[in-house]
Amino acid sequence: MKYLLEVATLELISERCKGCGTCVEVCPHGVLAMDNKKAIIIDRDMCMECGACMNNCSFGALQVNKGVGCAAAIMNSMIYGGQPSCDCSGDSKNTNCC
Amino acid sequence: MTRTDKWEHLKCRVSSFRNNYTVIPGLYAIGNPDADSDVIVTANYKYSFDIVRTALKGLNPWVLVLDTKGINVWCAAGKGTFGTEELVKQINITSLKQVVNHKRVIVPQLGAVGVSGYKVSKATGFNVYFGPVRAEDIRSFIETGYKAGSDMRTIQFPIVERIILTPMEINPALKKFPLFALIVFLIFGLQPNGILFKDAFQVGLPFLVLGLVAILSGAFMTPVLLPLIPFRSFAVKGWILGMATTFVVIQTTTILEDENTLLFVLAYIFFPMFSSYWALQFTGSTTYTSMAGVKKEMKIAIPVYIGSLAATAILAILYKLNQWGVL
Repeated sequence: MKYLLEVATLELISERCKGCGTCVEVCPHGVLAMDNKKAIIIDRDMCMECGACMNNCSFGALQVNKGVGCAAAIMNSMIYGGQPSCDCSGDSKNTNCC
Repeated sequence: MTRTDKWEHLKCRVSSFRNNYTVIPGLYAIGNPDADSDVIVTANYKYSFDIVRTALKGLNPWVLVLDTKGINVWCAAGKGTFGTEELVKQINITSLKQVVNHKRVIVPQLGAVGVSGYKVSKATGFNVYFGPVRAEDIRSFIETGYKAGSDMRTIQFPIVERIILTPMEINPALKKFPLFALIVFLIFGLQPNGILFKDAFQVGLPFLVLGLVAILSGAFMTPVLLPLIPFRSFAVKGWILGMATTFVVIQTTTILEDENTLLFVLAYIFFPMFSSYWALQFTGSTTYTSMAGVKKEMKIAIPVYIGSLAATAILAILYKLNQWGVL
């Protein structure tokens, strides 16, 4: 299944890539692949902006505005401020989300 | 796993029971591991831990449980509690270096959102091997020399998984249902000289039925039929299904049969919107929606919801004024 097109904020700075392939390994949606010893984005529209690739690239070659694709979290952040997150965890008052 | 475990797992899927279902963080031996055995990292949500230990039966591994406040790997990784810092901390607390004579820790792939492999390696000397997405594939991952094919690396969202997630969508929606019912009864029962319960039930009840159907349409049917409903936006999918179910209910029953046109229009404005709202909430349960995408949806959906609510309120007022003979 594919979500909205042309919205994901994932960017690959190819000059920084050293071709280790870790990003390809950690991406749960097959967004990245190796081509000629460098990572390339093969399907940006599959990106869910989880940030796993950015978090595991020691060369800083991947940039993404990491966040949760959750309407409740985004609504909460609009009302109470802060970054949208699954912040209901560990908080017994709020049992409505993830 | 015992029957009690399984019963508890079921409760995790339908209620807030899951918010306090934990194991104590630390190093666990599954079977009889030794210094050469693999170390598998997981969260201290007991459901996650149970799935992992069941999948590893017979492999005699070590299981290193991180303190994620009882949250599963993926959600905790998104929040950062299943993360580099906590993994480094647990490796040190449990003196893992003294327990095993190798330098491998297997972290579930979905933990990569929080765990930065190269940072863990720098801090502890242990190398992070990102394992498969699903615990059931760990065995073959280990047996093939720590290799996972793309089928083990990518996440799907099949119908069974979507259905499993719906009780936790329907449950919170139904919790707000009494409030909805109260508002409906007040609107229909209210008379210049007090509240008339006969009216409240006669017209109110069909609206409660439509409300219930709209919730099910948004929080259950939309998730289940997800890939079959046109358009990518969850709000639009929910609205389409809400429109369809509202139409079916009104056409196939005597609901609203003798009623005013105002109420028809009101029903067709409010209930598809209501369904759309619950469908949009499901974005939080999916495995493929991005923040940028949901924000884009909401930029359009929220003004539409507010507009629909305003239109609903105006129609309700007109209906009442008409009923009271003011108009």
